[in-house]
Amino acid sequence: MRSDMQAIYVMWLRQVKRFIRAKSRLVGNLFQPLLFLAAFGFGFRGARFTGIPTTVSYLEFLAPGMVVMSVIFSSMFAGISVLWDRQFGFLKEVLVAPVRRISIVIGKTLGGSTIALIQGFIILAASVAMGVRVSALGVVACIFLMILVAFSSVGFGLAFASRMEDVHGFSLIMNLLIMPAMFLSTAFFPLQGIPEAFKLVIYANPVTYEVDAVRQVLIGVGYIPLWADILVTLGVTCLTIFAGAYLFSKCEA
Amino acid sequence: MGFIVEARNLTKVYEGGVLAVDHISFEVEEGEVFGFLGPNGAGKTTTIKMLVTLLKPTEGEAKVCGYDVVRKAHEVRKSIGIVFQDPALDTELTGRENLDYHARLYGMSSDTRKRRIEEVLELVELTDRADDLVKKYSGGMRRRLEIARGLMHYPKVLFLDEPTLGLDAQTRRAIWRYIRRLNEEEGMTIFLTTHYIEEADELCDRVAIIDHGRIIALDKPSNLKDVVGRDVIYVKSSDDLKLAEALRSENWVNKVRVGEELAVYTSSSEKRIPLIFKVAQEVGVEIESINMKKPSLEDVYIYYTGRKMRDEEAGPVDRIRMLRRRRLS
Repeated sequence: MRSDMQAIYVMWLRQVKRFIRAKSRLVGNLFQPLLFLAAFGFGFRGARFTGIPTTVSYLEFLAPGMVVMSVIFSSMFAGISVLWDRQFGFLKEVLVAPVRRISIVIGKTLGGSTIALIQGFIILAASVAMGVRVSALGVVACIFLMILVAFSSVGFGLAFASRMEDVHGFSLIMNLLIMPAMFLSTAFFPLQGIPEAFKLVIYANPVTYEVDAVRQVLIGVGYIPLWADILVTLGVTCLTIFAGAYLFSKCEA
Repeated sequence: MGFIVEARNLTKVYEGGVLAVDHISFEVEEGEVFGFLGPNGAGKTTTIKMLVTLLKPTEGEAKVCGYDVVRKAHEVRKSIGIVFQDPALDTELTGRENLDYHARLYGMSSDTRKRRIEEVLELVELTDRADDLVKKYSGGMRRRLEIARGLMHYPKVLFLDEPTLGLDAQTRRAIWRYIRRLNEEEGMTIFLTTHYIEEADELCDRVAIIDHGRIIALDKPSNLKDVVGRDVIYVKSSDDLKLAEALRSENWVNKVRVGEELAVYTSSSEKRIPLIFKVAQEVGVEIESINMKKPSLEDVYIYYTGRKMRDEEAGPVDRIRMLRRRRLS
């Protein structure tokens, strides 16, 4: 029991330390959402979209999506980093230690989520600096949602990493999965005026609900009832966490 | 109990039917340095992986410190230390952090942790580099740090899988010194695998020679060499089979083995070389080269297998492994 608690702490601490030391990685992770926020937010400032209230600027519409994007990116990366641990051998050191696999999974999830939350927060702060108006209550609710999003993404990454042989599959996932998942959600555009078939894809995408929930609590705009957003997000989180934990417990070093 | 490691008919068949370890049985006594010597692909790493609970045996059983490696994996893990063949350090952390995290994983208390870290750092002479990131370490330093880490939690037995693979001769000697010191000063039982003849000869109290997943000989290095005889004469000739036939009937020849070269096991070989020429002449065989030496474990290997113990054709994974090691050091 003692070493299990320590294992959770070690896995968490290790990730946070690596995060603090790798400053270039932080810049790399933040660059894309900040670029989108600045380029699209300011670029489409004059544009009017059906489905976005006139009191809300496109920048404000976009900001919640970018917060979610940065959380998903960094926490999924944390989950997938198990691949690197396997490639560079550290995984074996952990697997042969007298600790339960589930403690390793919990530590990994908490570590990845901590990092993801910090990054999500930086994007949120940057949005506010650019002129997005948010309420204090909204920020609190947003933190809760970010935790859910982070948990589910770490779980998803972990599940994937447990099934993959080597690091080559990594860029494949990034390009074929994460980017489409962002673009085929309501992160960049409102749901109004979209062809029905395309809408189905958007509704099938869990990211849609995550973005919608964060947008509702932050700026009060949404297309799906908040309770439904939260329900779907919770469900997805449970599912991916269990899948990640299960598949990781099966993998060999 | 008596034995700290016991294996009975331990067998591993990989998916696809590859028989990596074939019904091997052996015991390791408490306090000894026990070695597995054999070429790459002989089944050494697979055996270690089964003993340290990372792989499930297909058949047979093994006990480490009295605990079954499958049913009591958790207890086994608590009582062993291991240094893997491939580096298993977090290079983005400092040496001290690697040791500290390890100690925490093994549930050591804060005081013991701090004291033990200093002790093991001292032992492998890394005290002054402890707070540098591991990525700035040389290959030899990383290896020493891994050995230190394997010792952190006072394991009853330390497993070392190819501890000096890819290291230069000087670093290798230093690692041998640490291993010996561990065994003598801490009384630790050591189980190591190697494909370096001198390493097995130099370090091990007892050596198991392993080939194609089987143990072909197991004894003290000196006893193993005695089996071969005092001397070996290697002969290349125009007709090895014919010459072997003729030599077998000579009473001063202990054994003749036909392999890549003809190996003649005998004693006082200085006097025997002219006799070999004489025999060859009698049966009309021409001698191309002749070479005499005091037996090493290599000769023991040849004695049992008829082959030299050079690496089997290195697979892609091995090649990458070697490249990685070279880059690291």
